[in-house]
Amino acid sequence: MTPAERRRLRKGLAFASPWLIGLGVFLLYPILASLYFSFCEYSVLQKPVWIGAGNYQDLATDSVFWKTLGNTVVYAAFALPLGLVVSLSLAFLLNTGVKGLAVFRTIMFLPALVPMVALAIVWLWIFNGQYGLLNNLLRPSQIYWVLYLGYALPIAGVVAAWVYDRLSLLWGASRSWAAWLTAGSTAAVIIALLHPEAGLFAFVLGERFHALRGGPPGWLADPAWAKSALVVMSLWGGGNAMVIYLAGLQDVPQHLYDAAELDGANWLQKIRHVALPAISPVILFNLIMGIIGSLQFFAVPYVISPTGSPDRSIYFLTMYLYDNAFTYLRMGYASAMAWVLFLIVFALTMLALRLSRRFVYYEGG
Amino acid sequence: MTRGAELRARSLPTKIIVYLVLIVLSGLFLMPLVWTISTSLKINERTMQLPPEWIPRWPVQVPAKAAHRINGRWVIDPLSDKKPKKVFRATDDSGAVLRVAELAQTAGAKVVAILEPQNRAGQVLELTLDRKTETGEIVARFEPVLEPHLRWRNYRDAVTYRSKELGYIPMLRQARNTIYLAALSVTGTVVSNSLIAYAFARLRWRGRDVLFALTLATMMVPFPVTMVAVFSVFKELGWIGSFRPLWVPAWFGSAFNIFLLRQFFLTIPRDLSDAAAIDGCTELQIFRHIILPLSKPALAVVGLFHFMYVWNDFLGPLIYLTDERMFTLSLGLQAYQSQHGGTEWSMLMAASMIVITPLILLFFLTQRTFIQGVRLTGLKG
Repeated sequence: MTPAERRRLRKGLAFASPWLIGLGVFLLYPILASLYFSFCEYSVLQKPVWIGAGNYQDLATDSVFWKTLGNTVVYAAFALPLGLVVSLSLAFLLNTGVKGLAVFRTIMFLPALVPMVALAIVWLWIFNGQYGLLNNLLRPSQIYWVLYLGYALPIAGVVAAWVYDRLSLLWGASRSWAAWLTAGSTAAVIIALLHPEAGLFAFVLGERFHALRGGPPGWLADPAWAKSALVVMSLWGGGNAMVIYLAGLQDVPQHLYDAAELDGANWLQKIRHVALPAISPVILFNLIMGIIGSLQFFAVPYVISPTGSPDRSIYFLTMYLYDNAFTYLRMGYASAMAWVLFLIVFALTMLALRLSRRFVYYEGG
Repeated sequence: MTRGAELRARSLPTKIIVYLVLIVLSGLFLMPLVWTISTSLKINERTMQLPPEWIPRWPVQVPAKAAHRINGRWVIDPLSDKKPKKVFRATDDSGAVLRVAELAQTAGAKVVAILEPQNRAGQVLELTLDRKTETGEIVARFEPVLEPHLRWRNYRDAVTYRSKELGYIPMLRQARNTIYLAALSVTGTVVSNSLIAYAFARLRWRGRDVLFALTLATMMVPFPVTMVAVFSVFKELGWIGSFRPLWVPAWFGSAFNIFLLRQFFLTIPRDLSDAAAIDGCTELQIFRHIILPLSKPALAVVGLFHFMYVWNDFLGPLIYLTDERMFTLSLGLQAYQSQHGGTEWSMLMAASMIVITPLILLFFLTQRTFIQGVRLTGLKG
């Protein structure tokens, strides 16, 4: 190394020195230490004792662990795609050149400002089975099955998008009956799912579906509905993503739309073939952040019920991990759990990155 | 690049549909907050009113003297205090509609003084709670007279609520704790991350790119992975139960903020710092006098978002704070909810609004920085 190089290195390290300490003390050491702890029995009060893979073996047979893992995966599997669809749709709606954009954007963003603890308390009140606002707005209408639209609409949406895509590829965009066929098949899907006697939901969910005839669900007090309530909360507070997508959409070069229009593309096709590919890197980034975030879901369910009641239906992985680490002082076991979580996050992120090669479009790349 | 490229809704019917959908959705998004505010301004007895009441109302009260039974008759006690008494709309046995003030309660009946009609005002009656109509139906005789009333007192009560065992006012102390923590960690975040990002963006040194790649990779590590070991580090230092675990780490940088500031510093022309270097500025002077003044928007974003983070943070205080006197607002709100939740909805909603409102105010005051920040955090990925 020349003296000049050495001087530059010293300077660089001097400026980066807080991070060298921070990275070491708060990230690298803890990551390695927790890997070591995960093979130990460790209560913080005493030195860790090596027990090999014992913690991982215990995890494999711990029904509570599997329950919380299942809860976490189910929550993420609904919250992530729904959040993506809702915030993207809102962004597209706001990007139609409406007047008062700033007002609408502010209104839809406001809930994202609400601190997690307050958000949980606000919705605890709204979801109250007897006196809550939601059920009292639902009760007079008596049509509680609309609640299943929350499941049916995304499925129907995917089917509609697919049908439309195929049809317009087959016959070109201008055929208006492609649109009618799409609308018809969407309606057919919704009816096939929701029909009270012969629908798929009635068949699959059985008693749970018919229970709605008796009245609206107890939401956070009902194991069958508690996670749905949490998904609704997360959709309400998802304004961040909407603002990001909107910003991305506004950066799409106008000439791309113009070119598509010359080719005879309609509104839906411009979304599908211009706007979505253009913002796909942003979607991917948000999706990965969403995976990492929703697998660590903690504050909201903890405020609602630290034990994840009713029936452990909202007991999430991070809550069980927290309890093991700080309530039962089984820090080694908690570390093993954290590493399983880490591996899942890692695998899903890699999967998203790999799948993204097919869907994500980088300008000039 | 053209800014504001839009997929315009052109035809009138489309426009109308778009506006309708937007208005309905805005209503849905606002409803929970409006309901929270509405509940926070009610008296607690009326929070569980069915059907739900959007505009808080509360029973009309008038100052009236109490009633006593003298020689088998109810008469107004001339010596008693004029305490506020609830006003009811009631029907007497003849079917006449009266406006009455409740003076006393007996088993299954109320003793009331008539306020209206004028010609019977002042008369004292004992009326049973139920009444038989001419058709033989049993109906409730009393119906409270309500008027719209916003009970701002709930907010005062929530702020000055003094817990008996603790002997101090939790919310004020929690606010002080939160602001103290926020001040220390926001300063730390801005100072440390700008220095570190400078090293990554403007200096060339061996190992920089490897270290930067490592930095980005750590963003994928979920917090629970480091939680236990970091706790044991602070335990060794004897810091558990103090504020230090919550603000000291902020002084040592965070991957995301380093990344954000680095991207911003990269956009500042190199010529500026080269010129300063030729003029004999030291690296620290270039950082202080050239880079920092030009990066105010980005620094504001980092500071603002970290303030939000501290205000919001729940898991950190939950792990490290053991003494209730040191609780932050978020943790305090959760503690209050776990003790009083399920019943005192109006107070709980008032307390929640007190925690929410500063952030909403901050948002409106810094709206441009804020939206800019959200875009930055999302787009530069």
